Amino acid sequence: MSASDDLKDLYQEVVLEHSKRPRNYRVVEGATAEAAGHNPLCGDQLVVTLKVEGGVIKDVAFQGQGCAISKASASLMTGAVKDRTRAEAEDLFERVHKLVTEGPESVDVDALGKLAVLSGVSEFPARVKCASLAWHTLRAALEGRGEAVSTE
Amino acid sequence: MSGFDVNQVRKDFPILHQEVRGRPLVYLDSAATAQKPQAVIDALVRFYQHDNANVHRGVHVLSERATEAYEGARETVRRFINARDAKEVVFVRGTTEAINLVAQTYGRKHIGAGDEVLITQMEHHANIVPWRMLCEQTGAVLKVIPVDDRGELVLDAVDALLTERTRILAVTHVSNALGTVVPVKELTRRAHAKGIPVLVDGAQAVTHFPVDVQDLGCDFYAFSGHKMFGPTGIGVLYGRKERLEAMPPYQGGGDMILSVTMEKVTYNRVPYRFEAGTPNLEGAVGLAAAIRYLEALGMENVAAHDRELLAYATQALEAVPGLRMVGTAREKSGVLSFMLADVHPHDVGTILDREGICIRTGHHCAQPVMQHFKVPATSRASLALYNTREDVDALVRGLHKVLEVFQ
Repeated sequence: MSASDDLKDLYQEVVLEHSKRPRNYRVVEGATAEAAGHNPLCGDQLVVTLKVEGGVIKDVAFQGQGCAISKASASLMTGAVKDRTRAEAEDLFERVHKLVTEGPESVDVDALGKLAVLSGVSEFPARVKCASLAWHTLRAALEGRGEAVSTE
Repeated sequence: MSGFDVNQVRKDFPILHQEVRGRPLVYLDSAATAQKPQAVIDALVRFYQHDNANVHRGVHVLSERATEAYEGARETVRRFINARDAKEVVFVRGTTEAINLVAQTYGRKHIGAGDEVLITQMEHHANIVPWRMLCEQTGAVLKVIPVDDRGELVLDAVDALLTERTRILAVTHVSNALGTVVPVKELTRRAHAKGIPVLVDGAQAVTHFPVDVQDLGCDFYAFSGHKMFGPTGIGVLYGRKERLEAMPPYQGGGDMILSVTMEKVTYNRVPYRFEAGTPNLEGAVGLAAAIRYLEALGMENVAAHDRELLAYATQALEAVPGLRMVGTAREKSGVLSFMLADVHPHDVGTILDREGICIRTGHHCAQPVMQHFKVPATSRASLALYNTREDVDALVRGLHKVLEVFQ
């Protein structure tokens, strides 16, 4: 595969679109949990806020700054985990993590829905942290860990 | 320029002649670490093939040769920075260790609660954190010379910040994040007028232009081998002899002592007092080879090439639509830091990488100056003596490609 095709896989339309107009870019009103995430090597920072009721994520949002990959991943994540249980969100993170580290052959891509657009990240090991920052932060919020999470 | 032909110079650096990702390598990240000429690589191999032994202790021929090579390297460094005496050259791991050494020896002895350490807003973390740690240990206060919007020091603020409590001024010679050349000679003059010693972080300077520590007048000058075409893990702390002699040791161990009993230790004289344990012998040998390489080219020629290429690159980058230079000081060296439209530097770096172009993206271990410019990160292209106008042209084409992807 040429370098140029790799780039097209990484910066797919959907990724660029989500990075320019991220969904759920706000603070959840009446949030029951939140966490801050930080990638010290890049300086990327974001805050995830959530409302969990009866074990189900009723609302989730994020704010912060970062590259196209981290913003798109955060935006797509908020859409994907809404109305899911904690266990489902955790399971989704595991599959997304496999997707961005090991590539599309390693998971059932169709079952991931829109998140499948992150598959191009696996060709760019230096960018895995960007794609997973929001997810690590979500996990910290779900586990009620107040301290900031770091990709390092 | 007599004696300097960049195409000849490039032939001395084997790593440059390769394809990456199907394209010729364009290396524009020498401010992070510089590539090594064959002469340095050969010197390392030769040392291990012929001369390797421990120094300062053996009576055998190899130890004599290794000691000669190591102490010869000290003399080579002395000549390169024009120190008065080779005893003023302490070998350390790099700039970072050199600054930590001064903070923990000179600093611990002379800086106490309520005293002030003066640094600048544009320091690398290596010239912030050791002082921050010292302040936490002693109750001293860290003061900061501000930076203006061009990325120059606000010199008008300096005199008021050099107070009767200031115990040291620690300042970079060239900003690694902005490329600003700081007038360290003038700052040293002002600090010395008030009896305040000065440490200069020269990591980004020694590779670009001649440095004469006697002319600068500073008390300490720190730099790394790997940024000046030598090996990693070796660096230099220059210290005026009278300063070094008044400083307590840094780490304890072999070589830094004259005698040891269980009751009493007598410390060695300078510079050995600061070089505990078996030193980085091949590092010193490789650094000396790098210096001889630079001396053969002529640092004045290197500086002229650097100035010419920086001017060309500045003009070429400023013509890229949406590009904003971060750091536009009147005197700069080697570094072009920029933002491209609203594209995050990491995305710039990834796309350039796929074109075979290596740059640095991020905060460059200089977060306070990033905060001043209100950016979390920049893209940084840095130049060295083996870079050409063609490298700059490739960068410009790469940036257009970035704009294409992000429209």
